[in-house]
Amino acid sequence: MSQGSNGYLLEATGVSKRYGAVVALESASLRVLPGEVHALMGANGAGKSTLVKILTGGVRPDSGVIRVRGKDRKIHSPAEARRGGLVSVYQEPALIPDLDINSNLRLTQTQVEPFRHWIQELGLQEIDLTRKVRELPLATLRIIDLARALAIEPDVLMLDEMTAALPANLTESVLAVVNDLRGGERCTIFISHRMTEIASVCDRATVLREGETVGVVDVADADSADRIVELMLGEIADDMAEMAERPATSQRADGERPRIEVRNLAAHVRLRDVSLKLYPGEVLGVVALEGQGQDELFDILSGAERPASGEFLVDGNEVILRHPADAIRKGIVFVPADRAEALLMQRPVRDNIALPFSAPLRKWGPIRTSQEKPKVDRAIDRLQIDTRAQREVRFLSGGNQQKVTIARWVATGLETMLCFDPTRGIDIRTKHQIYPLLRELAEAGAAILLYTSELSEIQLACDRAIVIFGGEVVAEIPAGDADEATLLRAAHNLGSDAALPEEVLAAAHGADEGQEDVEKSER
Amino acid sequence: MSTTLDTPTKTTGRSLATLALIVRRNTWTLGLIGILVLLVVVTKIIQPSYGPAGIQGLAISVFPLALAAVAQTCAVLARGIDLSIGSMMALTSVVSATLMADRSEGFAIIVVIAVLVLGLILGAVNGALVVFTRVPDIVVTLAMLFVWAGAALLVLNTPGGGSAQWLSALTRGPLFSQWVPRAAVALLVIVGIIWIPIRRSRLGISLYAVGSDPLAAFRSGVSVSRTKIFSYMLAGLFSAIAGLSLTATTGIGTPVPGPYTLMSVAAVVLGGVGLAGGTGGVFGPIVAVVILSLLRTDMTFLNVDTNLATVVQGLILVGVVMVGSLIQMRRRET
Repeated sequence: MSQGSNGYLLEATGVSKRYGAVVALESASLRVLPGEVHALMGANGAGKSTLVKILTGGVRPDSGVIRVRGKDRKIHSPAEARRGGLVSVYQEPALIPDLDINSNLRLTQTQVEPFRHWIQELGLQEIDLTRKVRELPLATLRIIDLARALAIEPDVLMLDEMTAALPANLTESVLAVVNDLRGGERCTIFISHRMTEIASVCDRATVLREGETVGVVDVADADSADRIVELMLGEIADDMAEMAERPATSQRADGERPRIEVRNLAAHVRLRDVSLKLYPGEVLGVVALEGQGQDELFDILSGAERPASGEFLVDGNEVILRHPADAIRKGIVFVPADRAEALLMQRPVRDNIALPFSAPLRKWGPIRTSQEKPKVDRAIDRLQIDTRAQREVRFLSGGNQQKVTIARWVATGLETMLCFDPTRGIDIRTKHQIYPLLRELAEAGAAILLYTSELSEIQLACDRAIVIFGGEVVAEIPAGDADEATLLRAAHNLGSDAALPEEVLAAAHGADEGQEDVEKSER
Repeated sequence: MSTTLDTPTKTTGRSLATLALIVRRNTWTLGLIGILVLLVVVTKIIQPSYGPAGIQGLAISVFPLALAAVAQTCAVLARGIDLSIGSMMALTSVVSATLMADRSEGFAIIVVIAVLVLGLILGAVNGALVVFTRVPDIVVTLAMLFVWAGAALLVLNTPGGGSAQWLSALTRGPLFSQWVPRAAVALLVIVGIIWIPIRRSRLGISLYAVGSDPLAAFRSGVSVSRTKIFSYMLAGLFSAIAGLSLTATTGIGTPVPGPYTLMSVAAVVLGGVGLAGGTGGVFGPIVAVVILSLLRTDMTFLNVDTNLATVVQGLILVGVVMVGSLIQMRRRET
């Protein structure tokens, strides 16, 4: 780093940004050389996206200096950044849904010919420029967004989680294109959570933690991946190892009655035949690839939808849930992946936590805050919710928002909780507060069903896991055996020797049959 | 489109595809035109004598209303709404009538230009207030409704003033054939001259962009504030033209605004412009205005109680929009 500042194409120092009491960036810095593909790394909420938005004029920093080719730049709007050669492809597409592609190109004054060239380079077939953006799939929009940015030939191209929503083949062609950008006069800033992508296309990586730049790593170094993880996590990495060594759970007594039992549940096309038992005092994991019927299963269990067929028993009694309110009355509560589905974003933390139980307390007249307050306080305390920005929930970080959705149920006293990917898009610290919380709740007697898209969570939080494939339960695996490889094999319905229920084993006996299933799912 | 390289089949294929695209893009307007044709047939059945005179009267009553609807469309497309359109029409109408009264025909040209500029200024004030105070559009323009209406009464306390001969002549009587009213031609020419170039410019695209997704528009380099102000300026301009048309058709200025604001919102909704912004165009609302006016005349002819007619008009508005949305939803699902 002895190079003079003139050597850098882009140099940002001392960048800070606060949203009320929440610090998004605190003296972050980023220095990028010409011809380099530079990774920007950090856990969720570390400030990567904010930094990119500041560099492209989407957000104004509170302080900080930005230099491009050694010259100070004040960037007030994306239009200005674009003229200055700084262009970003944001996480969400910046295309206008009601306009066709042609108009979207005209909006950014992009030439059609280079755009077409990049579209092909990025592995998309010839596209019809008169199609409305609204009618196109997300992956295509991401590619269009990227092609549009490339066609402008910016000095600094920023890609924020470019590959997150892409299928494998498009990811590959995007990475190939990014790799080709190396060398030359321009530079690329590349944000991704996937280490392999970083390793394959990036030269150096700047790591952010809690809004601060904590280090710059040369990706070519042998131990770069470990170094990056270390910098990203800070002291948390040790806790993680510790948690994984949780002792295996006790066996169930034979006669014990499950809290929830469903038999041969089916709905729509996707959910074909699912039976499961959820006992009090356990966290049962659900593992499945996208769209195997898990969404429908959770909708049914939480009362949002009714099954086409099958039995649904709570405490041994058959129930019919017509509305989520019915489920809540039976003590079954739901934590969705998308916080926006569960929270009143413009109301304070307190109101959000009190919402489900203030209604039954009193149907008429003012809510008795005196009764509410101790419960809410206890819940906030227990979940360690950061209440500095509590006036409106939307100002909280994603992790804290998710804690609020859990807290509202904890405050009432919990019997059964259905969590659908509750840690999606949450920073790693909060994740590691949520796992022990789930364990604690289970040990206190609650029954918890946890669907997760992160396979490592099964061993961290669950007692056992069921795997759903093609709308049916294809495997049940105790947490002790549920390492990621096993789960992944099971999720693809590739028969494994470990703990497959007999009937499934029998059905999937011939290797050919198993192969067929996979092919089907790929279509 | 056709080049020497293209085989004939290819060319037909392409023009067919273009045609299909035009139909797909303008389904709502085409549907409205269908309803209008049906309504005309019904009108001819219940009033066999309906002819050039009826069309003439219809055009005169549609003229200011259609311009108000276009003005509203400009605001709504950029995700705004302008409740002060009726008041701006009243204000521009009385200003023009006062200035033109007892003056030369030539001077009226200057007056017309000045009033158009006034419209732009009124719109700019609306837009600037919306953008810089961050008070919701509906509140700002509601407040300005009172301001402009009060100003109109300050200019002219009672209906009065006058209109230049040539201005009135522009809107009265037929053109070429007795079936083509001047007012209809004037309407299409005015809207066409102003709207079509804008629609094709980057400014027009920005208008739709801001209405469709302000954040994406901002990130695409559009200045959201400037576009918003521009949309209100357009609304002001069309309101001023509508005000001038009131003066021209009646020959005097009227300081009390008619029911134009709410009718313009109704026409925008019926005309297939999404109130959330970003979708639709100006021609749908114009057709919607013609439908609403023709419906009104039919009911008057049938001796339907005027109050009941208003009720029916409202029900038809809800019905058409509901059925239309259902059809669109169906299409999106398949």
